[in-house]
Amino acid sequence: MIQLALLIVLAGYCLGILLSLLFHHRPRIQNVVAHGSALLGAAGGVAVGAMGLAAESPFVFSLPSTLPLLRYAVRLDPLSAFFVLAISLVGVAVSVFALGYVREFYGRHSIGALGALYNAFLLSMTLVVLADDGFFFLVAWEIMSLVSYFLVVTEHEKAEVRYAGFFYLIMTHVGTAFIIVTYLVFYQQAGSFSFDAFRNLSEPLPQALQSVAFVTALIGFGTKAGIVPLHVWLPYAHPAAPSHVSALMSGVMIKTAIYGMVRVYFDFLGGEFPWWWGFVVLTVGAVSALLGVMYALMEHDLKSLLAYHSVENIGIILMGIGAGMIFQSYGLTHLAALGLLAGLYHTINHAMFKGLLFLGAGSLLYATHTRNMEEYGGLIRKMPWTAFFFLVGAVSISALPPSNGFVSEWLTFQSLFLSFQLPDLLMKIMLPIGAAMLALTGVLALACFAKAFGISFLAMPRSAHARHAREVPATMRAGMAGLAAACVLLGVAPMVVVPAIDRVTAPLIGVSIADKVLAEGGFAVMPMGTGFASISPAVLGILLAGLVPLAWLVAVALGGKFRKRYYKTWGCGINLTPRMEYTATGFAQPIKQVFSTIYRPTVKLETELLEESHYFAKHMRFETHIEPVFQEYLYDPVVRSLNAVADRLRVIQTGSLQLYLSYIFVTLLLLLLWVR
Amino acid sequence: MIEPAVIVIGQAVAALLVAPFIVGLIRKVKARLQCRQGAGVLQPYCDLLKLFRKDVVVSTHTSWIFTATPYILFASTLTASLLVPIFLSKVPINFAGDVIAVVYLLALGTFFLILAGLDAGSAFGGMGSSREAIVASLTEPAMILSIFAVGLTAGSTNLSTIVHKTALLQDIVTDPPPHLMAFVALFLVTLAETGRVPVDNPATHLELTMIHEAMVLEYSGRYLALIEWASALKLLLFLTLLSNVFAPWGIATEAEPAWMALGVVIWLVKVSGLALVIGVIESMFAKLRLFRVTDLLGVAFILSLLAVVFFYILRV
Repeated sequence: MIQLALLIVLAGYCLGILLSLLFHHRPRIQNVVAHGSALLGAAGGVAVGAMGLAAESPFVFSLPSTLPLLRYAVRLDPLSAFFVLAISLVGVAVSVFALGYVREFYGRHSIGALGALYNAFLLSMTLVVLADDGFFFLVAWEIMSLVSYFLVVTEHEKAEVRYAGFFYLIMTHVGTAFIIVTYLVFYQQAGSFSFDAFRNLSEPLPQALQSVAFVTALIGFGTKAGIVPLHVWLPYAHPAAPSHVSALMSGVMIKTAIYGMVRVYFDFLGGEFPWWWGFVVLTVGAVSALLGVMYALMEHDLKSLLAYHSVENIGIILMGIGAGMIFQSYGLTHLAALGLLAGLYHTINHAMFKGLLFLGAGSLLYATHTRNMEEYGGLIRKMPWTAFFFLVGAVSISALPPSNGFVSEWLTFQSLFLSFQLPDLLMKIMLPIGAAMLALTGVLALACFAKAFGISFLAMPRSAHARHAREVPATMRAGMAGLAAACVLLGVAPMVVVPAIDRVTAPLIGVSIADKVLAEGGFAVMPMGTGFASISPAVLGILLAGLVPLAWLVAVALGGKFRKRYYKTWGCGINLTPRMEYTATGFAQPIKQVFSTIYRPTVKLETELLEESHYFAKHMRFETHIEPVFQEYLYDPVVRSLNAVADRLRVIQTGSLQLYLSYIFVTLLLLLLWVR
Repeated sequence: MIEPAVIVIGQAVAALLVAPFIVGLIRKVKARLQCRQGAGVLQPYCDLLKLFRKDVVVSTHTSWIFTATPYILFASTLTASLLVPIFLSKVPINFAGDVIAVVYLLALGTFFLILAGLDAGSAFGGMGSSREAIVASLTEPAMILSIFAVGLTAGSTNLSTIVHKTALLQDIVTDPPPHLMAFVALFLVTLAETGRVPVDNPATHLELTMIHEAMVLEYSGRYLALIEWASALKLLLFLTLLSNVFAPWGIATEAEPAWMALGVVIWLVKVSGLALVIGVIESMFAKLRLFRVTDLLGVAFILSLLAVVFFYILRV
C-alpha cells in the first residue's frame, strides 16, 4: 500500500513537470495539467503520511546509483510521515488555489515553467523529509533551494524581485554549507552517508565534535528556517514569489528545516545533550519570536508582514523544542516529549494558518493588484469569503481560543512553566522568562493581526484598487476553505492530533505520553497528568458558540423588539472620507514609540512654507524608517570585506585564456610535486 | 451536593447580576469623595435596561464584524468568568481552561473590539483601537505571570486548583514576597485592562484622552448595553481574581448549599472592598499620558517576572 501511495506521489509530481512543459504556449491547459497533477501527487502524499504514521515499523526502500557515495534511499518513519503529511495537506489546498490564481500570470509569464517548477518544488520537499541518506538529502535539499529560487524570481522583470532572489540564493547556500559540515562530522566517524550509520555509530562522537554538529546544524537549518539573525533574506524572498508559492515557502518549506533539526538532534545525536544546547535553542527561539512579531508590526506590505510572522512562529516552535531538549538533558523524558510535542503541534498548525493567510494575501493581490495595506480597506463587503477565511487565519495565528494556534501555544506555555521540576536553579528561572516572552509575542501578534485585518478589510476603501475589487474565483476560495477547516479541526480535535504526534515523539525520546496529555475522553489537553492544568478547546468552543445566541436571547428578553437605523458615521459635521481613517502606520505608532529602543525610528519632516505667511505650509513631506539593525551591523560589514577581497583578487582575473590555462598547468604541477 | 450544571448556571447568573453593582459602587464612592450625593448604586442596572430598550443606529460604513462584536465580547467574557472560582473553589468545568485560557478568552473579546473600533472608519475608533492594542500587549503577559507566580505555590496554573489548595492551607501566608509582588502586578493590570484611572478614564467623553470609550463610540442601544455589561463583568472578573487567588479564605471548598451561600456573601464583601479601593484611587490620581502608561505597565510586567524569580530564589 505504501509503495503504491509513494508511486502516486512520484508519478503525480513527475507528470506535472513533464505535462506542463509539453503543452507549449497553451496556458489554460498547462495550468490544469500542472496543478491537477500536483493535486494528485499531494493527495498521494496525504495517504503516505497517514499510513506512515499508522505503520508499526518504518518503511525502507533504496536504489543504488551510478554515482559514488550517493544512494537513493528512502525511509518513512513517523517523523518523516508527519512532515510529508504537513507538506501534502498544504500542497492539496495550494494546488486547488493555484488553479484560479495562476490565471493572473497568463500572457505575462510562462505557465509551463511555473507549473513545472511548482511540481518540482513539492516533490523536492517531500524527498527532503523522506531521504535516508546524507548525500541524497543534500541533493534533494539543493534542488528544493534552487527550484524555490527560480520560483522567487518568477517576476524577474522587477529589480526588487531580482535582489530578493539573489539574497535568498546566497543565504540558502551559506546554510547548505553548514549542513554539509554537520553531515561530514558524522561521515568521518561512520564512514558512510547513510542515516542508519549516523544513527548507530560504532562509538559515539566525542563531545567536542557533537557540539560542532549541533552548532553547524543550528546555523545551517536555521538559515532556511529564518531564525534571528539569519532571517534577513526571508522577508524579501517569501513575498517576492507568486502568492501560492509564498504559502508553500512560509507554510512548509521552512518546516523542512525544523525536520532537519529534530532529525539531527533527537535521532542522530539522540538522548545525551549538554544543558546548553537546549538553552541555546530556547534563547534563539524566544529572540526570533519576539523580534519577528515586532518587525511584523511595522510592515505595511501584507506579504512581508506575513513573512515576518513566519520568523515569529519558527521561534515559537523552537521554544517548544528547546524546552524539550533542556528536559531531555536532565533526564526528564516525559517533559522532553511534551516540549517536542508542543513544537511539532505548532509546526503543523503554523503550516495550516500561514498557508491560509498567504493564500488570503494572494487573493487580495489578485483582486487589487497591490500588496500595500494602506491601499486596501472595506474589502469585507467586496470579498466576504476571503475576509472570513482570512479572519479564521488571523484568529488562529493570534492563538485565540478555540483555534489550533491556541492549543499548541498553550502546550508550549505549559512545557515552559513545568520548569519547576528541573534541578538547576538557572533553568528553573530561565524557562518562565521564556514564557513571559512568549506571552508578549502572543499579544503583539494579536495586535498585528487586528491591524492587518482591520486596515485591509474594514471601514472604507482607501484607494481605487480597493473600490474596484471583486471576490476571487471559486477554486481560490475552495483552497482557502480547506485550510480554514483544517485550522478549526486541529484545534478542537486534540484527541486525533496528540496521539498522531505522540507516535512521532515516542520513538525519538523513548516514552509515549499520549494518554498522559489527553484527558476527559480526549476532549481536554493537559501536561503529563499532573493536574497542573488542562484546557478543552472543544468545550470552550461549545461555550462560546452557545453563549452568543444566549446573549442575543438576553437582549431580546430585556429589550423586546427594536429598530435598526442605518446612518453614516459621524465625522464631526463633515463627510467622512477614507483619508480620515486610521492608517496601518498610525495604528502601529504607539507600539513603535514604546519599543523605540528596538526599532530606532528615524523621522524626516520637510516643510516648505508659503512666502506670504509662515503659518501655512505649501508642501510637507514626511518620512519615517526603522533601522534595519541586522543588515547594517552584521551583514553590511561582511559584504564590504568580501568585496574588498574580491577587488584584490581581480589582479589574477585578466580574462585572457592563455593565462587561465597556465594557471591550470601550474596548479597541476604543484599538486604533482605535493603528492610525490 | 448540587448538580454541577446548576453550579455553572448559578455562577454565570451571580456574576452577571453583581457586575453592574460594582460599577455603581465605584461611581458612588467617587461621588462621595467629591462631596456629591451621586446616583444610587443600582443606577447601572437602570442604564442597562434603558439601553436594551433603545433602538440602535448602525453606521453604513460598518460590516457584520460591528454587529457581531457585542455578542462575541459578551460570550467570551462570560465564558472566561465561568472558569474563575467565585463562591465555590472547584469550578465544575475547571478542566476546560486555566489562567492562560482565561487571558486568551479575554483577548478574543479585545481582538474583536479592536476590529469593531476600526470598522466604522472614524478616526476616534481607530485611535481607541490602536491604544487598546498597546495596553493589551503590555498587560496580558503580566497577568499570566503574576497568577503563575501564585500557581507555583499551589503547583498548578489551573485557577480552581490554585484557589482550592490555597483555601485549604493552614498557614495563611506561604510565600509573602512573591505573592505581594504578584498582587501589585495584577492590581495594576486590573486598572489597565478594565480602563480605570490612571490608565483610562471611564467617565470621560473627551475624544483625545479616551481608550475604551473611543473604541465603542459608534455603539448604541442594545449593542452598547451588551458591551457595557461585558465590561462590568470583566471588571468583576478581575476583582474576583484579585480576591480569590490571593485571599481565597471563606470560599466554599465543597458544593454544599450552606457553604456556597456563605461563599457568595464573603465574595460580595471582598469585591466590594476592592471596588472601594479602586474608587479611592480614581479620586486621588490623575490620568497618565498614554506614553507614561507604558511605564506603569512595564512595572507590572517586571514585578510579575520578579515574583516568579523570587519564588525560586527564596526556596533555595
